[in-house]
Amino acid sequence: MAYSEKLIDHYENPRNVGSMDKNETSVGTGLVGAPACGDVMKLQIKVTADGIIEDAKFKTFGCGSAIASSSLITEWVKGKSIDEAGAIKNSEIAAELALPPVKIHCSILAEDAIKAAISDYKTKNGQGDVEAAE
Amino acid sequence: MQRAKRRVTLPDKRVSEEVLIMNELKAKPIYLDYQATTPTDPRVVDAMLPYFTEKFGNPHSRNHSFGWEAEDAVDVARGQIANIIGASAKEIIFTSGATESNNLALKGVMKFYGKKKPHLITVVTEHKCVLDSARHLEQEGYKVTYLGVKENGLIDLEELKAAITDETALVSVMGVNNEIGVIQPLKEIGEICRERKVFFHTDCAQAVGKIDLDVDDMKIDLMSISGHKIYGPKGIGALYVRRRPRVRVIAQITGGGQERGMRSGTLPTPLIVGLGKACDILSNEMAEENKRITELRDYTLQKFRDRLADIYLNGDEEARVSGNLNVSFAYVEGESLQMDIKNIAVSSGSACTSASLEPSYVLRALGVDEELAHTSLRIGIGRYTTKEELDEAIESISVAVERLREMSPLWEMAQEGIDIKSIEWAEH
Amino acid sequence: MTEQVYLDYNASAPLCKEAQQAMIAAMDVTGNPSSVHASGRAARKIVDHARRTIAEMLGGDAERIIFTSGGTEANNLALNGLEGFTVFTSAVEHPSVIEARSDAKRIPVDGNGVIDLAALETMLKDASQNGEKVLVSVMLANNETGVIQPVAKVALLAREYGAKVHCDAVQALGRIPLDMGRLLVDMMSVSAHKIGGPKGVGALAIAPGVMLVPQICGGGQEKYRRGGTENVLGIAGFAASAERAEASMAKMTDIAAMRDRLETELASEAPELVVAGKGTERLVNTSCLILPGMPGETQVMAMDLGGVAISSGSACSSGKVRESHVLREMGISDTGSAIRVSLGLETTHEDIDTFVRVWSRMRGNAARKKARHAA
Repeated sequence: MAYSEKLIDHYENPRNVGSMDKNETSVGTGLVGAPACGDVMKLQIKVTADGIIEDAKFKTFGCGSAIASSSLITEWVKGKSIDEAGAIKNSEIAAELALPPVKIHCSILAEDAIKAAISDYKTKNGQGDVEAAE
Repeated sequence: MQRAKRRVTLPDKRVSEEVLIMNELKAKPIYLDYQATTPTDPRVVDAMLPYFTEKFGNPHSRNHSFGWEAEDAVDVARGQIANIIGASAKEIIFTSGATESNNLALKGVMKFYGKKKPHLITVVTEHKCVLDSARHLEQEGYKVTYLGVKENGLIDLEELKAAITDETALVSVMGVNNEIGVIQPLKEIGEICRERKVFFHTDCAQAVGKIDLDVDDMKIDLMSISGHKIYGPKGIGALYVRRRPRVRVIAQITGGGQERGMRSGTLPTPLIVGLGKACDILSNEMAEENKRITELRDYTLQKFRDRLADIYLNGDEEARVSGNLNVSFAYVEGESLQMDIKNIAVSSGSACTSASLEPSYVLRALGVDEELAHTSLRIGIGRYTTKEELDEAIESISVAVERLREMSPLWEMAQEGIDIKSIEWAEH
Repeated sequence: MTEQVYLDYNASAPLCKEAQQAMIAAMDVTGNPSSVHASGRAARKIVDHARRTIAEMLGGDAERIIFTSGGTEANNLALNGLEGFTVFTSAVEHPSVIEARSDAKRIPVDGNGVIDLAALETMLKDASQNGEKVLVSVMLANNETGVIQPVAKVALLAREYGAKVHCDAVQALGRIPLDMGRLLVDMMSVSAHKIGGPKGVGALAIAPGVMLVPQICGGGQEKYRRGGTENVLGIAGFAASAERAEASMAKMTDIAAMRDRLETELASEAPELVVAGKGTERLVNTSCLILPGMPGETQVMAMDLGGVAISSGSACSSGKVRESHVLREMGISDTGSAIRVSLGLETTHEDIDTFVRVWSRMRGNAARKKARHAA
């Protein structure tokens, strides 16, 4: 399996690894995947009062592609509004990292993680119109 | 590394591909994947080389001296192989490898005896080729019992006894597991089978050269042997088939009638000479080699245990072959770990299945938690492994595990005292 | 030993330098081609490169080259891998085709050993009326006589009746250009050691749409069509020998000249000599010579003592002296008196001179002996 340079760079030098206090109201946390399936992604966003993501952090248990996908999405969402961040598609991540077909699910997981984090943030802040009320 | 230099000058037009490959290997990785395959021993190479050049006859051409010379060499090799398993030369059938040997043993025996005795017993942790052959037989209407294993990877002999019926023709249990290195109690299994008049086949691809084998003492009726797992070439293997009492096998590759009618096809003399030589080396050096490798293995495991918390050895620690360490590094996914230590060749799961994303079926059969199964690495130590290489490998693996744990949400939860089993995960 | 003249190329060709060097180079690559680490990928690269080389040589697709342990296994896989098919084979096939399916129906051949197309058409017609699915297996060139079969015509006919075609091209490889597309065949078997590659490796090339049930299962190699760790050394050697064979194709003209000279010189000395298949197209390197009244085995031994290695038929019969089914099917009466002389890329005019000299002496001795007995 040959990986792209971008993927390897994100794997070797992952951006925004870490955690934020999940109890803070300005922080939204998404935890997706399952250990038994071999990947778990935790993605957190810190949102300003006017709905802009000012910081993002992740921790991932999973293969190199999963780690790179989460690293990439934290970079992308910073500075975006939560609506813009919620519109990121897994196909964009897969294309950017040139994921091999067997690794597409990693990009789906990253998309799920950001949606879950936004949803958590909205619930906490009483924004009833939660689209992803899973 | 005691490997001799074997660089050759390549004719210009062919240079490209080989040179590219060699360049890739120049950053000499530390090879710790001896269960997937082994480097060919230079002494094996030296034994093979003449048969690649001047001695090229077809060993079946009985009537000219080119053929005789090749036939002599094949007979010598047959003797060398028979010697390390306590068999006689006439009982050795050459095949293209252990996969074919296992196919021939299972299908060949079942198809011969199957009318009266359509029942086969094997084990869930066998190599894929045994399981696939068994499944193939099931599709043809044969009955197969798959024995489970205990937590340590060994079968329960009472369960085996209970599974044997009047319809059982064959029991197939591997000598040493390719993933977790556990050694099955072959002698006890052999005794049970002989008493119940059932044939006993054992896949010893991973056992030859690692444990003492004696087909008479262990009452083994058929045994599969691989070349490339014992420092011989790829593409050659053997099947031991007992002559007294005689085991009958229906050929799976026909036409030409070579190998006592059990396996047709021109014999690859150089590869056979290589397999023979590999066995010959083992017969002299096996005891000492395994002592050295066992020490290295125990040293490595101890070092990991001293340095890292939450690591688990998969498979029995005692009934275990010298060169195998299968370790789960909890909270770190195996493939990402493998990617981090790219100068070290190890395997996360068996080589035949490692391109798939499924966790190992062997570990699952042992009852290892799925999340732990995803964190396993197989470290294979062998003839050319040095303590220095292991020190380097232990260091890089440990650093990688520490780095990836820092990145792992599961490790974080564990440190916070959260039981990850208490969380409702959305399985996908 | 080294002085012996080797004229038994159809049994096995000497390993060529190119294959030898490719294998020696491959010995430095440790990995298992299924492993994902760099060592494994290096081994995989050798296999993939070889796959492309063999595919190019056969005019096939690299995706559909299945490496096997040799021609015998390739033939077995082809004949047993299609489920639910009735099999037709010619009566002069190699034992690995004939014995792979004991229930196969035989297509007769004429006096030159060429398949009877009219008979095949009748068989195909009958089968299609019965709604049977048919696989026709016809070799491209015969191992004993070198006789070339009209495979493309067979395939055209088979297509008309919706039958699939397998071609055993083991003896044709490297001797006549092969193109699966032009031959219209669905499967083709080849072997390395007949073209100066190593023993123990061969391949089955399949056309798109051919679904094979693996005969050796487990491990998932060769796209689940053939389990077992790839014979990396052998495969590297196979590719190198294939490249050499392709590059040396022009030499077949010289070989033809040498073979024809051999036959002419022998015939001028022994008018009773019969050349099997002479009335039709043959491989230019093969000569099946029948010297009535003199057992083939005796001839082979006498030639060996004189320093020339030849064969008395197919080498696969593991020492058992068997009547040649090929010659019998051709209606030749004195099948026991045949020898097979087969030339290769290393053969020289001096070799032919030696052969002719030793052969004349042998025949002379036999004639004198006969005369003494008569007296």
